[in-house]
Order: sequence, then structure tokens, then C-alpha cells
Amino acid sequence: MATHQASPDLPPPPTQRGLLRWLRENLFSTWYNSLLTVAIGYWLITTFVPLINWAFIQAVFTGSGADACNPDGACWVFVEQRLGFFIYGFYPAEMRWRPNVVFALFALSVVPQFLPLPAQVRKWLAIFGITGLPVAAYVLISGGYFGLESVPTSRWGGLMLTLILAYVGILAALPIGILLALGRRSEMPVIRGICVVFIEFWRAVPLITILFMASVMLPLFLPDGVTFDKLLRALVGITLFQSAYMAEVVRGGLQAIPRGQYEAAEALGLGYWRRMRLIILPQALKIVIPGIANTVISLFKDTTLVLIIGLFDLLGAVKSTLSDPAWNNVMAEGYLFVAFCFWVFCFGMSRYSHRLEKQLETGHGN
Amino acid sequence: MTTDPRPLRPGRPKPWNDPRVRSVVFQILAIAGVAWIGYSLFQNTVNNMESRGITTGFGFLNETAGFGIIMSLIPYDETMSYGRTFLVGLANTLLVSGLGILLATIVGFIVGIARLSSNWLVAKVALGYIEIFRNIPLLLQIFFWYFAVLGALPGPRQAVNVGDIAFMSNRGIVLPKPIFEPGAWVMGAGLLVALAITVVLAVWARRRQAATGRIFPVLPISLVLIPGLPLLGYLLMGGPVSWDIPALGGFNFRGGITAIPELGALLLALTLYTASFIAEIVRSGIVSVSSGQTEAALALGLPARRVLRLVVIPQALRVIIPPLTSQYLNLTKNSSLAVAIGYPDLVNVFMGTTLNQTGQAVEIVAITMAVYLTISLAISLLMNLYNRAVALKER
Amino acid sequence: MKKTIITMGLAATGLLALGGQAQASTLEDVRDAGQLRCGVSNGLPGFSQPDSDGNWAGLDVDTCRAVAAAVLGDADAVEFIPLTAAERFTALQSGEIDVLSRNTTWTTTRDASLGLNFTGTNYYDGQGFLVKEALGVDSAYDLDGAAVCTQAGTTTELNLADFFRANDMDYEAVVFDTSEGSAQGFDNNRCDILTSDTSQLAALRTQLSDPDSAVILPEVISKEPLGPVVRQGDDEWFNVVKWVLFGQINAEEYGVDSSNVEEMTDSNNPNVQRILGADGNMGEILGLDDDFMVEVISEVGNYGEMFNRNVGPDTPVGLSRGVNALWTDGGILYAPPFR
Repeated sequence: MATHQASPDLPPPPTQRGLLRWLRENLFSTWYNSLLTVAIGYWLITTFVPLINWAFIQAVFTGSGADACNPDGACWVFVEQRLGFFIYGFYPAEMRWRPNVVFALFALSVVPQFLPLPAQVRKWLAIFGITGLPVAAYVLISGGYFGLESVPTSRWGGLMLTLILAYVGILAALPIGILLALGRRSEMPVIRGICVVFIEFWRAVPLITILFMASVMLPLFLPDGVTFDKLLRALVGITLFQSAYMAEVVRGGLQAIPRGQYEAAEALGLGYWRRMRLIILPQALKIVIPGIANTVISLFKDTTLVLIIGLFDLLGAVKSTLSDPAWNNVMAEGYLFVAFCFWVFCFGMSRYSHRLEKQLETGHGN
Repeated sequence: MTTDPRPLRPGRPKPWNDPRVRSVVFQILAIAGVAWIGYSLFQNTVNNMESRGITTGFGFLNETAGFGIIMSLIPYDETMSYGRTFLVGLANTLLVSGLGILLATIVGFIVGIARLSSNWLVAKVALGYIEIFRNIPLLLQIFFWYFAVLGALPGPRQAVNVGDIAFMSNRGIVLPKPIFEPGAWVMGAGLLVALAITVVLAVWARRRQAATGRIFPVLPISLVLIPGLPLLGYLLMGGPVSWDIPALGGFNFRGGITAIPELGALLLALTLYTASFIAEIVRSGIVSVSSGQTEAALALGLPARRVLRLVVIPQALRVIIPPLTSQYLNLTKNSSLAVAIGYPDLVNVFMGTTLNQTGQAVEIVAITMAVYLTISLAISLLMNLYNRAVALKER
Repeated sequence: MKKTIITMGLAATGLLALGGQAQASTLEDVRDAGQLRCGVSNGLPGFSQPDSDGNWAGLDVDTCRAVAAAVLGDADAVEFIPLTAAERFTALQSGEIDVLSRNTTWTTTRDASLGLNFTGTNYYDGQGFLVKEALGVDSAYDLDGAAVCTQAGTTTELNLADFFRANDMDYEAVVFDTSEGSAQGFDNNRCDILTSDTSQLAALRTQLSDPDSAVILPEVISKEPLGPVVRQGDDEWFNVVKWVLFGQINAEEYGVDSSNVEEMTDSNNPNVQRILGADGNMGEILGLDDDFMVEVISEVGNYGEMFNRNVGPDTPVGLSRGVNALWTDGGILYAPPFR
């Protein structure tokens, strides 16, 4: 009796495995997908190869002036030479160690949040970030205490100013937004009405009209002789504007909490503020982390509008040097530099919010 | 028996512990506080303006403006009033917002769907676009496009020429302008009739489909009717339209309709920026429709494109509409950044030049804010009505 | 909510309590603050521009520094607040700034209905046109159909409309929010012409990528007396700002400058003695120290020094004195006497 032995399976045809299979499934599955792939591939190559060539290969990165630049490549020398101005604005050069210390403290409280450190350490660093850091930053950057020479806010600028505006704006907008959201869900009709009008007003009006009012009209509404610092006013404008958005985001979270949670909290005999603080808000805020992150990112980007009222933030600082006759045609380099800075921060924040969302996911709800 | 004769009635709480009393007191305090702040701000403003001799009132709206505006949808020249400049600015704001909303919606939907494409390259390019454009400030994008677009386009004398009737240069895109002569009304009437027929047909077709299940091809018929009837009118009346064709004269093109580059750059920036947000909204909306719905529809034998149109998109819209509304509001407000590149929108013309010539900041800023408030409320209202139409109807 | 209400209430009380105080004069405010808040242009070479360290320089800037020197004895005690043309009057009206020194043209409307007072003229100007040489235009009357870059909220915008209408010509006004923006638009060929006051054109020309490619047309289509502005209703402050500028012009006329001001206090010319406070009480009646002009001249200089340092022939802007020469030199600069 002849024994039949199955011969080993043939490997699948080359188009069914490995790279080829992946290509076939993901790029050339149908005729129109193939066409799309080829068209987009062609477009990518024709656009990005010259761009990379211009931005990196032909580019000049260091030098002493415009003469060092290559007309066919990007002139990053411009950014390198003016970096001090882009980062600190008109902040006196010999005192720039002070914002540097603040930057270091900022990095110390933010960077560990991304590292696998014990939760306790991260928590305390985060608490320092929202309490100690602003105070330390104010004392160091503004000066006037502990023998530090005072630097008026009109000399603050560049990336430093952008970060200050964004950081303080975010720290202030979140609590105000939460209060407004609670007010909008209040059972007291008057409080609710005031909050609704406030939120809808700030959400409907363009930020530049608010900044215009804050920067040049405010003294008209106040008693004679009462003035605030211009930077502070811009900050208040941005904060109130974004807190209205924050309020709507938080409200969404409050509405998503099942009624039973409110009732159970009430049944425990907790007062209003403890109900909110211990039961409702922790759940509501967790739900709306993506929304809060989006608001934070848009606040960060909106800080550029202060250039319209004459503050030299990062974009304003770069834009004001573009017309310098010593540098010819460095507009693209300048704008790309600003775009890159903002992109890094905004992209970083959106990644972090994704992470946080996953971390806090406890499996409740759907 | 040792029962307590007193009934178990809760003691009346002290007034300061009674939630109702407290609530009333808070509300009275809040009203008083807001009224007080409002009154003192008003009083301060009036006092300050009086002591500094600033003219007040709205009389300036009738005074002659005396400055030119580059682009106007309504007839305007320097001899007209400041009130007119307000209307010109408003029309330009509405134009750029309307076009921006339309284009951003189209681009956003395409990119959002492309993000879910089975083609890896398409999905990644869509993702790259979204991550780049939504993480860069809009103002920067406006500057970039304005100067990039301007820098790339040739001067009017070397303009890109499309068949000797349309031209593109750094002064904008110039197109032939139709001039309607007597008799052109027939074409307008034709268009109206065609639109009316389409609407009636659509309603009838839907009823018939509900009753009998048969589908009537409304779209192809309307595609023939809507251009067809006006064309018929054109032929019947012997061509009552002539064209004002732009021609190079002196510095620039004369005649025709010009779309200025400021409009182009602003529109490009607003569209690309807002579309990156809309794309994400569309994607999450589509993802939120459970795959069981698609499978069920396919099981019923519907072809793939009908599945998308009849099953997935209508359900996704419920999730999409509310955040889409806020993107529309954002786009409208962001159009005020026009001031940075000189597009004559409301903020640029009215809150810029007019405010400066008249010096009446309080009135003008109040009017401007009121206009944006009205536009925002109108968009919210329209979108809420639409939302109600697409919302889940619980039966 | 309770806390919010209480905080809001406290804040409001604070505001109103402060409202009760008597209206202080600008002069006292400036002295109390130890600093003069001065509204300047946000970047115009020769008139007001920050260098890379944030130090402002220019003719308009020096006008402010002179006032600070007179009032506070320190020309550097100035906070410069950069403003766009569209913001400037609102900022002054509201009290955001104490004095506006920003190429501002003196006109009836501005003087009468905006609640402003012009204190004098620190530069007599007129509106002109800058064109690319390649266009081959040599007269403003050949500009029919041109696209014109200009700045929002200026008299320039109005004069432009008047000029083209009066000459029955068409134009297209491309309006930017800053003068820098309008120059950039012109540089990028958005417009055929850039219009502004001729002094500004000379300044903006230096910012073009190729300054030699553009020429200023000979026609001057308007009168533009530019000068510092203060709020109406504070005559004391109005007089101070006015007489500091007059003092600088008088100083030039009598040959007092920053190099010789110390010796000149001993001059036997009674005019010089009165200007420098060696005789009479000119400072006292203005509410200043009697030797306030010594401070101004030694720190900022007389008008001629201020002019030459910022916009004169040896600077990149390179303007000649022209009508801005003293009346004794054939110009129209004529300051009332210190007496």
C-alpha cells in the first residue's frame, strides 16, 4: 500500500504576502485606488523634494550675516542671528538668565509628565506648575523684588511673551469656564441668565475687537486715573474670550453625567459645592478632556492676535524684523520658523491630551 | 403609653439655612451687582467722553465718508456716507464668510472621508494635512498665503491669460462681466421656473417612493432643467446679454469683474484652516455610526455609494452638526483677521478707517460687535433648525 | 457662586471708590507715575522705530523724550506705546497715552470733534507718490487706473480720493493697517504706487528690497502739518507740550544746542536767558522748573539737532530741511517768543 504523504504547503503567491501584499491591499486595491496612489505620489515627490532641497540641503544654517546665504536655499542664518529677539523680545540681554530660569522651571514641571515617573512625583511637579511656577515666573521676569531690577512689560516679547500669555490665559480660563458652566446649569434663573448672556456674548464677538477695546478703549469705561498694564488687559481679554468656550465644553461634560449621580450626591447630604467638587466635576472634566485640550490649543494660537494691538509676541517679533533692510527676502524662513514653533507646542499638547484621556479611562460609561 | 405628642415635623430652618431664601438673596445680589457694574461703566464712559469733548451720537453715519474702498458688492464711491461704508464692509464680511463656509465644508468633508480611505497613502496625506494646518495659527497662515500668492503671481502686463477673456495677475483674477439688457428678465424667469419645477418634482418623487418604492431620477432632470430653461430664454429673446471683457489698459485691467488677491488669500487661509477641523469632525461622525448599520445596509443589497448616502451620512450628521456649527461661527469671526492684509471687511473698513476718521470709537465698536452677535445668532438659529430636521426622531 | 459674587462685588466697589477721586491733571499724573506714556508709530524709520534692543529712536520719539525731559528731568522716562493709525485717537481719547506723537496731521475735524488738541507742528509735510521706476511714470497726473497702497485711518486715504476724483481718474486703494504693511504690499507689486506723506515715503523707501528701484514723484498733493497731540480739556498739559516744542525751535534760532547749553546759561542775550530759565519765570508759569529747557536741550537737543539726527541728510532717510528750516533761513518754522 503506497503511503500518501502530503507535500508541504506551497508558500502563498508573492502578491499575497509581505510587502507586496501590503502594497496591493493598501495602495493598489482597485483601479481607481492605483490611480489615486500614483497621482498623489507624483504630487508628493514633485512638491517635497524641492522643498527639502531648499530647506535643508541647499540651506545655510550658520553664518554672520545675509552674505553667508545661498540664493537657492533657505537662509536660516537669519533665524540664528535674531534668535535672541525672537525668544525674548526687547528683554535686556544681560538679564535674560531670568526668563531662562523660568523656562527651566517650566520644563521641569512639564517634561516629567511625559516620562514614566512615579505618579506622586508627577502630581507634585504638576501642582508646582500651576501654583509656584506662575509666582516664580512673575517675580523673576518682572523683577522689582529681592533686588532684581524691574523690567517693564513693554520690553517683554517673543516666544517668552507668547508662552506667558498662553500659560496664564489657560490657568485663568479653566476655573472661570467651570464657574460659568456651573452657573449656566444653575437652578437660579437670574444666575443662569447672566451666565448665558455672558457666554454667548464672548463667543459671538471676534477676538480682535475685544483686544482693540482692551488695549485702547478700556480707560474710557473706567474712572479717571484707573489704568492697568497693557499686557494685563490683553491677558484679561484673551482669558474671558476663551473662558466662554471653556464653559461650553465643561457644560457638555456636566450634561453627560447621569441624573442619578446628582441625586445620589444630594442623597448623601453633601452641600452644592462639595457635590460638584467631589462627585460631578471629576467625572465631567474627565469626559471633556479632548474639548479642553482643543480650547487650550486654540487659546495658544490666538495669542498671535496681540500683534494687531502692538505687542511683540513670537509672530510679531519675527514679522517686525522681516522688513529689516539688512536681510533680503527672508519672509518664508521667518514665517516657517514661527509655524514650526507653534506646531511643536500645539501638536505636543494634542498628543498629551490623548495620553491623558487614555490614562484616565476607567471603563465607566460607554 | 409614652408617645411623644408632638408630630414629627421638621423644624423650620433658620432663614440663612433655607435654600430657597438663600437662592432668592443670591439672585437679588447678583442682579444688583450686575446693574451696579453696568451703571457705573456707563456713567464713567459718559463722564469721560463729556470731559474730553468727544462727539457722541450716530449722526456721523450720514456724513460724507470721502475715502475709497477697493472692493464693494454694492454701489459705492467717495461721496457716499459713513453709513454706506458700514454696509460695504458688512457685505464684504458676509461674502468672505459665506464663501469660506461653503468651501471649508466641501474640503472638510472630502478630507474627512479621505482620512478613512482604504488607500493608505490617501489616508496619511489627509492626516498630514489635518495635523499641519490645525496646529498653526490662522493669522500666520493668512500672512503666508497673502505674500506667497502675491509673490507667485505675475504683474498685470504678464498676466496669465485664459482665452483672452479671463486673466490672473497679482492684481487679482479678472473675469468677463455679464451686462443684462432689456429682455434678460426672461432668463431670470426661466431659472425661477426651473427651480420651482425641481422642488415640486423632488417632493412628488419622495412621496411616490414612500408609497410605491419606485425611484424617480430627479437629479438628472433638474441638471438639465436648471441651465436649460435660462438658455432657452436667452435664445428666445435673441441673446439679451453682452459681456464686458476685461482688457489691459494703463496700469491694470479695465472692465470685467475683479476678485482681489486679498479675498483669495483670506479665503484660502480660512478654508484650509477651518477644513482641517471640519475633517476631524466628519471623521469622528462617520466612525460613530456603528458598523452594524453598514453591514445591515449591504445585506439589504444597497450599493456601496447608496449605503454612504442613505445610511451612514444621515446618522453621522447628527453627531457632526453641533460641532460644525461652532466651526462656522469661528470662521465668521476669524474673517475679521482680514484687517491684517487689507481685505475691506467690516472690521477693516468700519472699525478701521471710519472709526479713525470720525473718532467715535464707542458707537462704532458697539455697532460692530452687535453685527457679529447678530450674524452668530443667525448662524446658530439656522443650524439648530437644520439639526432639528436631521435629529433622531424617537418614535 | 457665593464667592464669585462677593469677589465681583468687592471689585466693583473698588472701581467705584476709585471713581470718587478728583480728576487729576495729566501733568500730575505723569509726575506721579514718574513716566510719560507716549503713543508712537509702530515702526517708521526716522520717526519712530525700535532698534533690536527695543530702544526707540526717531523725530517723533525725540519729541516725546523732550517732554519727558522737561517734566521729569529725564528724557528716558518714557514708555513708548506703538499704535496703528486706526488706534491712535482712541488711545489718546481714552487716556491710554498722555501724548500722541505719531506723524499726525492737524485737521479741523480732528481738532474740533475728536476731543483732541494739536500742540504745534514738528514736521511740515505733504502727501506724495512713490512709484517703481520701471513703470516709466513721471507725473502724478499719469496715474489713471493705478492700484495704490496706503495706510488705514489716515488723511492720506482722504486726500488720495480727493486727488483722483478732482482729476477725473480711477484708482484702486489697497489699504493696510500699518505703514510697514503698505510698504510690503508695494514691494510685492500688489500696487503700482505707494502714497503717504513724502517724509514717510523717503523713510519707507529705505525698507524696500531695492530702494533704488523706486522714485518719488514731484507732485505734492496736500498740506500735512504733523505734530504732537494731547487731549482736550487739560490746558495746563496742552501748554507744557506746546512750549517744549516751541522752546526747541527758539533754541535753534538763538544758537543754543546740546554742546553749548551750559555756557549759554551765562549768555547776555535776554532771549536766551528767558529760554534757559536764567531770567524770568517761564517754567514756573507753565508748571515746570524754570530751567526745564536746559534739561531738554542737554538731553535731546534743539529742533535742528533732533531733525538732523533722525531724518537729516546724513541719515538713511536723507531729508533736507526744506520748508522745515527756520523762518530766518527761508523756511516756515516760526515759534512764538519766550516772554
